[in-house]
Amino acid sequence: MLRKAFWILVALVGACAVGGIALHRGETINAMWIVVAALCIYSLGYRFYSAWVAAKVLSVDPTRATPALRLNNGRDFVPTHRWIVFGHHFAAIAGPGPLIGPTLAAQFGYLPGTLWILVGGVLGGCVQDMTILFLSTRRNGRSLGQMARDELGPVGGFAAMLGTLTIMIILIAVLGLVVVNAMKHSPWATSTVFATIPIAVLVGLYLRNIRPGRVLEGSIIGLALLLFAVVGGGWVDSHPALRELFNLQGKPLAWFVIGYGFIAAVLPVWLLLAPRDYLSTFLKLGTVLLLALAVILMRPEIHMPAVTQFIDGSGPIFGGSLFPFVFITIACGAISGFHALVSSGTTPKLIGNEGDVRLIGYGSMMLESGVAVMAMIAATLLQPGVYFAINSAPGIVGASAEAAVATITSWGFPVTVDQMAFLAKEMGESTLFARTGGAPSLAVGMASIFSSAFGESMLAIWYHFAIMFEAVFILTTLDAGTRVGRFMLQDALGHVWKPMGETSWYPSVLITSALVVAGWGYFLYIGVVDPNGGINILWPLFGIANQLLAGIALSVATGILIKQGKLRYSWVTGVPLAWLAIVTTSATWEKVVSGDPRIGFLAAADQMAARLASGSMPPEQAAVAPQLIFNQRLDAVLAVMLSAILWVVIADMVRVSLRAVRGRPVPPNSEAPHVHINSIKIGAEAA
Amino acid sequence: MSIQRLTSFFGLAWSMIRSLATDDAYDKYLAHHAQAHAGSPPMSRRAFYMKQQQSKWTGVSRCC
Repeated sequence: MLRKAFWILVALVGACAVGGIALHRGETINAMWIVVAALCIYSLGYRFYSAWVAAKVLSVDPTRATPALRLNNGRDFVPTHRWIVFGHHFAAIAGPGPLIGPTLAAQFGYLPGTLWILVGGVLGGCVQDMTILFLSTRRNGRSLGQMARDELGPVGGFAAMLGTLTIMIILIAVLGLVVVNAMKHSPWATSTVFATIPIAVLVGLYLRNIRPGRVLEGSIIGLALLLFAVVGGGWVDSHPALRELFNLQGKPLAWFVIGYGFIAAVLPVWLLLAPRDYLSTFLKLGTVLLLALAVILMRPEIHMPAVTQFIDGSGPIFGGSLFPFVFITIACGAISGFHALVSSGTTPKLIGNEGDVRLIGYGSMMLESGVAVMAMIAATLLQPGVYFAINSAPGIVGASAEAAVATITSWGFPVTVDQMAFLAKEMGESTLFARTGGAPSLAVGMASIFSSAFGESMLAIWYHFAIMFEAVFILTTLDAGTRVGRFMLQDALGHVWKPMGETSWYPSVLITSALVVAGWGYFLYIGVVDPNGGINILWPLFGIANQLLAGIALSVATGILIKQGKLRYSWVTGVPLAWLAIVTTSATWEKVVSGDPRIGFLAAADQMAARLASGSMPPEQAAVAPQLIFNQRLDAVLAVMLSAILWVVIADMVRVSLRAVRGRPVPPNSEAPHVHINSIKIGAEAA
Repeated sequence: MSIQRLTSFFGLAWSMIRSLATDDAYDKYLAHHAQAHAGSPPMSRRAFYMKQQQSKWTGVSRCC
């Protein structure tokens, strides 16, 4: 009785908070409204929906032995406490995505993005993560690609592989661009980010040669050095000669990131990738906690309107109307297909009891969704004029500071040159105009929350701490992604010529790594030379690719449910799948055929070609124009290809499902046979 | 709270932190090895750490 009353109260408070943020039309609104709405929606989703899905739809069976129990080898198959697996899984799924997407989508106002994060998370992303984790656990930890092949057939399997490789290339390019934009002409940020590399190598040597496997010790030393690097960046910035050394343009920084990506991908993992990953994981968990604490302590006011005029598609950060682009821009945080790869990788091999998939799959994604909500708060607590000045490319608002503030003020978001100069000085930067990519504006937002909660005088330190924090795990994603791309390519080329498939044969390692790096390096380089900032092109493409991967994962899940005779529950994954199919297809349609050059790839290519032909282009722009024109056309082809892959997988799923419903033969269920949990425990005691 | 409960609380917290950092992975491996493969010598701490890193970074273990 008391419990019922409690949940009714949660529902009422949640409804009031959602109503509050949706209907509020004052000057500002307190961030606590959003926090309360989020907490209530997550609790209701976890308590009721996830429990129902686990029990009825998935038929989770806590008496069934998991692969960690059956195949326990003390190394990768190890039954682990559920909160520990929760921590590992959350650290694996949470990357820079949920921080950047909401920051960019804030151009529509705080409301659309927040609602999509909450609803998409509870009904889409969390369900996807839990379902794939469960299906993979039932199949001894098989990967999404293998499950697609086993359960749907070779077509689905091949499409999943192609989709994964494509998303990897685009993801790394866009993240590389975010780091380059954060370091551009910022000696402090650049020197701090550079310093993270030798620090990681030092920790790597410590963990291998000095104290093998003592991760806590190594990480504490590394974190202390990282904090020192943040402060040290400030000294570099105030030293005239050193300052010039690290004051770099976009192009050399892009080459640095490309070279770094190649070297990191061919070096042994223990030297650079693994130690930096430990550091970034601790930083991530610490910063997320700190941010949550600071938001609750400070209860900041949101200055962005609920909805801005840019829902019509004229937004300065990326072109395109609210539908479908808010659903593309915020992928991670609402639903992210990439999680399906992690959920069908390491995590299922650690789960000690099937019942834990609810906490680990649904719960971790809920927390990641909460991180996205905090990123949205950090972006919208800035004065809207300041937010737009930081995030708008010079090609949109004008190259000079005066032109930019005039344009932005004319939209109804007043901002002045003095205000921006003062802010830049406070943050220890020479300018904050046109720092596109989301990282700098997020860092300004985080720095203002942190400094007001934990020390007003340290704004510049907090700003560069936030930049370092984002860069560290972007670089981890960059070389981990390059490595995964390399393995996939080696696997594929191994079918053509056997030696290429040997993962430790050095010529193959070098060639395939170079191919993958060249793939993302190309998009990164074009993004850097593009006067409109590149993010405008690459982020939507990344969103489409990520949602495509989620579509593949949900197709596999829906197909399996129907094959198992659960047609009446298939809407649980089928509705999110249908929504993603609509969103990605209409976004692709707009990105390809829209006549607005800020939205359509082909329209942009044609407009630029016409300007080039008429000779009205300044010479420095004319020099890169042919590359940009080619790239826009390539992007159009890529977008169509991505949508086509999704529809092929959906068609394959529908084909298999129809056969199953009609009682015709389908690929057999690939679940591992049922073993009762007690038989393992008795066996272990006997041994 | 009694001293005993306090120390057991911190003991639990410490073991959770060690587990999260995978500091206890080698101890777990040794325990498993002693039970399942008694007789054959276990891997050294360093060899185990290297093998663990290799298998961790062969699949997709980090996301965007």
